[in-house]
Amino acid sequence: MNAMTTGFPILTLLTVLPLIGAVIALFAGRHARAVAIITALVCLIVSLIIWTRLPADGSIGLVELHNWAPSLGVEYHLGVDGLGALMLVLSAIVTLMSIDAAHRVHHMPGLFFGLVLMLEAGLFGSFTALNFFHWFLFWELSLIPAFFLIKLWGGPRRGPAATQFLVYTMAGSVALLVSFLAVFLSTGGANAPGTMDFVELAQLASSGVLTQMVTAHLGAVMPWLAIGVLAGFAVKVPLMPFHTWLPAAYAEAPSPVTMLLTGAMSKMGVYGLLRIAIPVFGVQIAAMRTPLLVLAVITVVMGAWAAAAQKDLKRVFAYSSVNHLGYCLLAIFALAVPAPGAAAQASQAAALNGVILQMFNHGLTAATIFWFMAIIQMRSGGLRGIDDFGGLRKPAPILAGLMGIALFSSLGLPGLNSFVSEFLIFRGVFPLSWVAATISVLGLLITAAVLLTVIQKVFNGPVPEHWAKFPDLHHAEWMALAPVIILMFLVGLVPQVILGNINPTAVHLLAHWRF
Amino acid sequence: MIQESAAFTPQFGASAIARILWLIPAVPILASGVIALMKQPQRKPAATLAIGSLSFSLLLSLIAFGHVLAGWAHSAVVRETVNFAWFHFGRTSVDLGWVLDPLAAIMLVMVSFVGLLIFIYSVGYMAHDENYTRFFCFLSLFAGAMLGVVISNSILLLFMCWEIVGLTSYLLIGFWYQKPSAAAAAKKAFITTRFGDVFFLLGIVWLFAQTGTLLFYNHGVGSLEGLALANLLTQHAGLGLSAACAIGLLIFAGAAGKSGQLPLHVWLPDAMEGPTPVSALIHAATMVAAGVYLIARVYPLMQIGAGPNGSTTALTVVAWVGAATAVFAALIAVAQDDIKRILAYSTISQLGYMMAGLALGGVAVGMFHLITHAFFKALLFLGAGSVIHGCHEEQDIRKMGCLRVDMPFTFITYAIGMLALCGFPIFFSGFWSKDGILEAAHSWNISQVPFYLLAFGALLTAFYMTRQVCYVFFGYWRGHETAHESPGVMILPMVILAFFAMALGLIGTPAWPWLHAFLDNHAAPFSFHGFAEPGLGWLMLASSLIVFLGLGLGWKFYGDKSPEPEEPDVLEKSTPKVWAALRNRLYVDEFYGATVIAFYAWWARVADWLDRRVWGGIVAAVAWLFGLWARFNRLLDVEWVDGSFDKTCDELSSGGGLLARVQSGRVQDYLRILAVAVIVLAAILLWSSRP
Repeated sequence: MNAMTTGFPILTLLTVLPLIGAVIALFAGRHARAVAIITALVCLIVSLIIWTRLPADGSIGLVELHNWAPSLGVEYHLGVDGLGALMLVLSAIVTLMSIDAAHRVHHMPGLFFGLVLMLEAGLFGSFTALNFFHWFLFWELSLIPAFFLIKLWGGPRRGPAATQFLVYTMAGSVALLVSFLAVFLSTGGANAPGTMDFVELAQLASSGVLTQMVTAHLGAVMPWLAIGVLAGFAVKVPLMPFHTWLPAAYAEAPSPVTMLLTGAMSKMGVYGLLRIAIPVFGVQIAAMRTPLLVLAVITVVMGAWAAAAQKDLKRVFAYSSVNHLGYCLLAIFALAVPAPGAAAQASQAAALNGVILQMFNHGLTAATIFWFMAIIQMRSGGLRGIDDFGGLRKPAPILAGLMGIALFSSLGLPGLNSFVSEFLIFRGVFPLSWVAATISVLGLLITAAVLLTVIQKVFNGPVPEHWAKFPDLHHAEWMALAPVIILMFLVGLVPQVILGNINPTAVHLLAHWRF
Repeated sequence: MIQESAAFTPQFGASAIARILWLIPAVPILASGVIALMKQPQRKPAATLAIGSLSFSLLLSLIAFGHVLAGWAHSAVVRETVNFAWFHFGRTSVDLGWVLDPLAAIMLVMVSFVGLLIFIYSVGYMAHDENYTRFFCFLSLFAGAMLGVVISNSILLLFMCWEIVGLTSYLLIGFWYQKPSAAAAAKKAFITTRFGDVFFLLGIVWLFAQTGTLLFYNHGVGSLEGLALANLLTQHAGLGLSAACAIGLLIFAGAAGKSGQLPLHVWLPDAMEGPTPVSALIHAATMVAAGVYLIARVYPLMQIGAGPNGSTTALTVVAWVGAATAVFAALIAVAQDDIKRILAYSTISQLGYMMAGLALGGVAVGMFHLITHAFFKALLFLGAGSVIHGCHEEQDIRKMGCLRVDMPFTFITYAIGMLALCGFPIFFSGFWSKDGILEAAHSWNISQVPFYLLAFGALLTAFYMTRQVCYVFFGYWRGHETAHESPGVMILPMVILAFFAMALGLIGTPAWPWLHAFLDNHAAPFSFHGFAEPGLGWLMLASSLIVFLGLGLGWKFYGDKSPEPEEPDVLEKSTPKVWAALRNRLYVDEFYGATVIAFYAWWARVADWLDRRVWGGIVAAVAWLFGLWARFNRLLDVEWVDGSFDKTCDELSSGGGLLARVQSGRVQDYLRILAVAVIVLAAILLWSSRP
């Protein structure tokens, strides 16, 4: 491919901005938080500009393409479609919220906010990269700041949690890397290097050439390569049983960091499935659809059920996140099936729109819930047990009301954001696999039971004497959160604001995928 | 960039009132939003805004009703819809919309009118509550969402409003959230109804996938119109059911949850933890009837493909569930002592009648009972509220007595409501609406069992209401402080409701079955020949005798006797075992506790155990093996491997929750690596961006 670029390299700018902010924050001492907030705000604005500049047909736009290391098939290839751009906006929102929640970082604030911004850069990089090498660099790069953020500022059992998080994800990454090396070697000719470009690989895969190439070079290993790639993403999302790192990491990370882990980083896995696994290994994934669907249903149902057994609020919400992302996996695997006929294609479109919107909605809602956990922990000296509180609605009505909205968003109340995406997912999945859909609705029921139990135990009932003066949200706090709550209502009531951009991308993607 | 904005495309054929019909739910919802922003002491503006907005809705509802009525009288168009696309996926649009037809019009008037009366009553009832403004905020949201359910022409919009109604029910049951029992009851209500709702949701997505539309009526291509119904009928769903039937049953599961049908009735008695106006409005007159309304709305779907016996599998299920619920709840009501709980079981029982009426006799039969019940049951609850208020928050009927002297207005209106509920002949609306159901059950040609069940339920109804009235209003006073009559603002709504509890019978007598004609869209001539239908006279006589028998037995056992609160009930003395079972609500809650809830808790622990022990254990084992390998390597490589790198490796390899030791970690080392990585990255980026 020739070097070409269209206009201003806004995607590169977006990725570099937080890195610059990170360096400044490192040396800004007690002003680090202010630096971080300004940087994150600018990033949010840039990401919103990107959101408004997408091609109307849902294809990849804002492309930046340069030679990088031609002998290795590596190009500097950036670009976003509706999916990528939505993830950029989400990452920017979640990072801003996370920095807002990190009120009281007394221990090395410069480093803390520097790492947060570095993580944001990793997110931006991986959501814009269209070459495996480049993408993988950012995928790994985002791990490092996350690891240190857990390791240095986490709760009492942070050490094992951070290590497990890192090792687990690394193991997934190795599988991913091996698979792609195999693909790279197979696509190369006698004197031409192979390709790592997602767009080229997707074209090779959809024409069926890729399978021939790999089989010619390495034998019938395509299914194994698909499994390797799936493993990498399964850990990240996570898909049960590859999730055991998650409860500990989410619980032990400081809540602002948990917001980043669940709000943005978990989306890297779902994004990877949509951008990389399905386009390149669609046929192989379709062949494994039934076992994958079984795992997705287990993730939905058992995730919700495991949440019901937790005594630690952060673990409750961690498992609840597993459940909510399980719906994404359910829809992705359900739509991975050859679909002749308009009815099946409509269902696929519903499922894919649902997945992409659910990624955004879950990011927004889960980040908000952990934002409240940060607030509650800050006011209670770090307590986070479900039985540590009671009747908080009395001393803190605004806190209870707004967190109640976030919790009801999480359980899929109509009028709030998550309902739309969960409706689309079930609309898509039911005709494609009614058994999976029917079992998975159990997740909706159990999630309601879990979250209402949280409300019952934390906010209702008599107030214990020592919480009688529990401070309510003050102006600065609820005003920082108000835009997010408004966004939840906006997406819930006028989903077209997001789906208007997402649907063309979903249609475009589906037209190019081959199962 | 929004490409296809949610295009608003009003049907230009629709009349002005149909086009602005959305204001009926929107105004109370908006009012609720405004009240939510008010502060606690702004009591008067909050109540004024809530009442004002609902009055506006009532006014519009009446205009809409008049419009439909005029169209009906001239045999003109009686169904108008306004639809619009909410958003798109693929090439499919997700449509919302509203409908104005006789069914919606009559329900609109009922909901906004009864709602308004209860709003006014609440001004008095909640006068001393510190969260008065919040109460009106929730109440307004409820009214708006309920009116939304009524006018929805899209099953998705209906479901959305339906869930918001469920939310307000949750919020209002748990209004006194500091009472643990109220908080628990609120949760129970939400989860039990959601159990039905997940099936309802599956029904919706199935219907949508199968017919390609969410709209009920859309100029011939809606899901309740010919084409779609024919399509649904030919699709097989397994077990010998058509898709139409299976979807109908899924929707009925949602309706059963909301309307407290067996086996999902358990939440409704507990819902009495909410303030009494809430019980009257939400858990008697309107929300719980939403399930009945839903079935009436999707009746074409339930009815399509009816066999030679005139029924479908779906309708047969509805009939049996309704009849069983009617008797089951009436039996339990006999042995309760809490004035509101008796009424709650009575509501469940009457909802069973409505469901049975729908299934056995059609939309008009069920809806007639829904409308009359809304008035007399709201009246009874408001009366109960007045009694509770007058007796200083006492709810146990054994600790009341002789209130006919202290609370004469409450007594008279309550007696009217009670007679209407019992179905006292001729003068009370309940007689006519219940008779319609019994008549339909009698002429059902699948089985006569529902008829006998419903007739037995009528006997029980008369009996338990007499028992309650005797305990509360007759005998002598057994409380502590003297009771007092309630203020005028509470009495007035009761008087108005009492009037309708009697007068509403006029719209559905066999001589002038106006409601039936209106809902079925044909003319309604007045003629006494309606009574001449064969068997009808006997049936009316029989049902009157049943009512008299119930009243008589009730008076015989409880009459003017006034047993002491500690004294066992008359029936308890004669049949202690049966009494204990009824008193304990036939152990349904205990049964669920031992099965569903126990399984839920047990399986949650299993899920947690699997996580910690099995999956976590496998991870720990793998980590241990890697740790071993790393140590082995370290022994070999210690000479030439960089210290800090090795340490990092060791740290990494000893991962796994159980084995990993908490290491202090040398931060400097990590940071050094991190810094190098960043510099390398920056260099690569700079180098690569050269032209």
